[in-house]
Amino acid sequence: MENLIALLVAAPLLGAAVLLCGGRRLDRTGHWLGTLLAAASFVIGAVLFADMLGKGAEERALHQRLFSWVPVEGFQADIAFQLDQLSMTFVLLITGVGTLIHIYSIGYMEHDERRRRFFGYLNLFLAAMLLLVLADNYLLLYMGWEGVGLASYLLIGFWQHKPSAATAAKKAFLVNRVGDMGLSIAIMLMFTTFGTFAFGPVLESTSDTSEGMLTAIGLMLLLAACGKSAQVPLQSWLGDAMEGPTPVSALIHAATMVTAGVYLIVRSGAIFNAAPDAQLAVVIVGAVTLLFGAIVGCAKDDIKKALAGSTMSQIGYMILAAGLGPIGYAFAIMHLVTHGFFKAGLFLGAGSVMHGMNDEVDMRKYGGLRTYMPITFVTFGLGYLAIIGFPGLSGFWSKDKIIEAAFAYDDGIRGWIFGGVALLGAGITAFYMTRVMILTFFGEKRWQPAPDPDRTASVEPGVDVTPGEMPHPHESPRSMTIPMIVLAFGSVFAGGLFSLNEAFVTWLEPVTQFEHPHPVISVPAITASTVVVLLIGVAIAWVMYGRRPVPVTAPRGSLLTRAARRDLLQDDFNHVVLVRGGEHLTRSLVYVDHTLVDGVVNGTAASFGGLSGRLRKLQNGYARSYAVSMFGGTAILIAATLLMRGV
Amino acid sequence: MSTLAAYTTSAGEAVQFWVLGTIAVIGALCTILMKRAVHSALCLAGTMIILAVFYLANGAYFLGVVQIVVYTGAIMMLFLFVVMLVGVTAADSLKETLKGQRWLAAACGLGFGILLIAGIGNASVKNFNGLDAANSANGGNVEGLAALLFTKYVFAFEITGALLITAAVGAMVLTHRERTEPARTQRELSEQRVREGKHLPPLPAPGVYARHNAVDIPGLLPDGTPSELTVNRTLRRRGQIRDVSTEALNDLKALEQRSEERLGRDRDEHDRDGQEAKR
Amino acid sequence: MNPVNYLYLAALLFTIGAAGVLIRRNAIVVFMCIELMLNACNLAFVAFSRMHGNLDGQIIAFFTMVVAAAEVVVGLAIIVSLFRSRHSASVDDASLMKL
Repeated sequence: MENLIALLVAAPLLGAAVLLCGGRRLDRTGHWLGTLLAAASFVIGAVLFADMLGKGAEERALHQRLFSWVPVEGFQADIAFQLDQLSMTFVLLITGVGTLIHIYSIGYMEHDERRRRFFGYLNLFLAAMLLLVLADNYLLLYMGWEGVGLASYLLIGFWQHKPSAATAAKKAFLVNRVGDMGLSIAIMLMFTTFGTFAFGPVLESTSDTSEGMLTAIGLMLLLAACGKSAQVPLQSWLGDAMEGPTPVSALIHAATMVTAGVYLIVRSGAIFNAAPDAQLAVVIVGAVTLLFGAIVGCAKDDIKKALAGSTMSQIGYMILAAGLGPIGYAFAIMHLVTHGFFKAGLFLGAGSVMHGMNDEVDMRKYGGLRTYMPITFVTFGLGYLAIIGFPGLSGFWSKDKIIEAAFAYDDGIRGWIFGGVALLGAGITAFYMTRVMILTFFGEKRWQPAPDPDRTASVEPGVDVTPGEMPHPHESPRSMTIPMIVLAFGSVFAGGLFSLNEAFVTWLEPVTQFEHPHPVISVPAITASTVVVLLIGVAIAWVMYGRRPVPVTAPRGSLLTRAARRDLLQDDFNHVVLVRGGEHLTRSLVYVDHTLVDGVVNGTAASFGGLSGRLRKLQNGYARSYAVSMFGGTAILIAATLLMRGV
Repeated sequence: MSTLAAYTTSAGEAVQFWVLGTIAVIGALCTILMKRAVHSALCLAGTMIILAVFYLANGAYFLGVVQIVVYTGAIMMLFLFVVMLVGVTAADSLKETLKGQRWLAAACGLGFGILLIAGIGNASVKNFNGLDAANSANGGNVEGLAALLFTKYVFAFEITGALLITAAVGAMVLTHRERTEPARTQRELSEQRVREGKHLPPLPAPGVYARHNAVDIPGLLPDGTPSELTVNRTLRRRGQIRDVSTEALNDLKALEQRSEERLGRDRDEHDRDGQEAKR
Repeated sequence: MNPVNYLYLAALLFTIGAAGVLIRRNAIVVFMCIELMLNACNLAFVAFSRMHGNLDGQIIAFFTMVVAAAEVVVGLAIIVSLFRSRHSASVDDASLMKL
């Protein structure tokens, strides 16, 4: 069974290699090959899962060591895989959702002439992501981490002829570099502290290590997680990443890659457990991002960007839970999985809507679409109910547990603060998701003629749009609707299934440990208040958007709205603080370089040059001048001799 | 060392030293201060002869003779040969061209002299043994030298032979120019002149149209200007042409003026006669 | 008179010769000055010979003469060949390491 683990990674990697190197002759069949290999990977995962279920809880972890990667004395890195319950969960999510999105992409990218390349990148992403979650040491994890970053860059900038897409890809790449630096520093710290970076030895020896060092490692890991999972302060790239094709947004920027940060923190749980300060930082980052993403999501009119804000917020929940320690790890992962279902479903639904509306992304120009695309409406609606935590659906089970755990942070004020923030986030989530729902599917039609491609850069290529033509909303082809339906099933039932007899928690417990949370207020009260907050959010949205007509052009809005439309000024902040600061730093460094460094160097050269110029005059070629030197030297020698004798 | 505390020379030697020593120093100074190399050489020769006398006075009879024969007779004559080759009348300018050279030279010379004299004064050289014993040991100065030269210093002596041979060969190599093609005959030279359209007849003789008949005076062309061609090439190159052209030109000018005056007077008179005749 | 005066005379002549080497530009005169310095040395050797009462000093002076003769031969040959190529006997003219 161990030998199958490498195949999990190898199948999509093979697909990527074949598709990217195969050339044009694969243009007609390439997408099938890619989908088939993704599905193969899923099947292998399922086989391994079945095998794992047949074993006792403690014997489930599998190891496979392929070969020694960097065999240096005192520095051993292996290409080795570890498949335990946590990795298994991710494998199933990645390959499962990945396969569905491959299928969806067959329809969505049908008119794109570079579809083969797109599938190659998707396969590359799957391989890298599986490597990330299957690695048994931090160095190999880092390789997968960079691999998904590369795939993300390539896919965000897939339509690189659009300047906005190219810029967004670069932005994502650069912001991710900051986080990656944190991970690399964390690995170096681990190596100097523990002498290794394999999961087993590192995580087992945390009790022998000073808390300061563990806090440092934890903070560096948190920095890495912030970069990859778009958490404050490295969140700015996610909104722009929506320039990529919608399946990419669904797979990478909603379901899988952006959750890698959560995986990292949960995987390194032992380190965080021993470093309470780092844990507190994790919780704070999660709480801030939770509200940040939710507020941004409320103000965006672009459907994908609203969903991106939502993603940010939901990952904030997961990070918050992961920072809570053993009481939260399992719920973080559970929310991650359910979120993978419903957010992927929502994105696919958004893609389906855009597909039917001439690639219009502005929700204010939708309206009344429920009758035109019923399947999309139903699947999107189920996803919507799941994400707002409607009782009984997936989101309810996972998010409610996180709120409970947040209230259980401690017995004092912090428990109240974090719990309150999580609760407030749930209300805002209900508000902005209801807003998306109403603007898109209810109300009167506010359709506009197809945009002029010169004016808006958001038109995806390959779609035949005649400027000025009114959209003809229609249901998407079956290759797109089936994945949506499957994901809708997941959105509805996954949470309940996981919570049955605490099945999910029990499943993960050998890896992540588990303690029952003891919230500051009773569990039923929390559940009740969650539902109440939810209903309030929905009601407000209904009042604001359902009962009044929605203007096609966005009103000016309050200061907060305007700030939120600009992503709460994050880009302005980055520009002023980092870009300007960097420019000033560079200028001053250039100045120092020119004056001080060059001055020293040039001054040395000039002084030697001047000295040589003067000495050169002694070397004038006249024998008589040399004779003077000789006689003078002889005289000095004689004088010295006489003086010495005199002494 | 057995010391003779007050070793002194005879009064005659003292007189000789002071007289000849003064002349030697003057000769040395003249050597370095004379403008013409030939004068320097003659002064140096005089100094060397005086030194020969001093050698004799110091009991070095062989060296005294060798000094006159070899130095004054051979080496100084060699110098004079070269001086003649370079130009016996060529006078050097004593103006210093290198900046600061004269001051540095003076400082070096002074310092050097002071040091040497101080060194001698400082050393314990007051005690002289005299050479009488050494000279008489082998029956004379020459015999004594020979005994040393062919026993103790025989290797050095042999090596000087090698040195002299080497020097002779070196001098030949330096001054000898290898002829790589046969010398051209008179006929070939004349043919070449015709081919190149150069001066065909013999070059004009110097001083032919001049008042002074000498090889260093260029002949004058019909218009009175000197022609460089008429002077020997070696003299020309040394810049030893005596120029008398201005003299000749002045003479010519004076002549013309005189004839002009005379002719002018005649013409004036003639004009006056004509005018009077018209009236 | 103390014969040490010969030494003072030799020092004086040597210094005059050295000054001449430094001052004069004509290579031939420079050469003569060198000869003057050599002769001054010879005088000193002869005086030393008298002082010590043996003939070794005279032997050295003898060798000095031989070496001076050889040196003059070569040096004058150099001056002649220099004069041939430059038409000048000035040591300052030979200030470049090429013709």
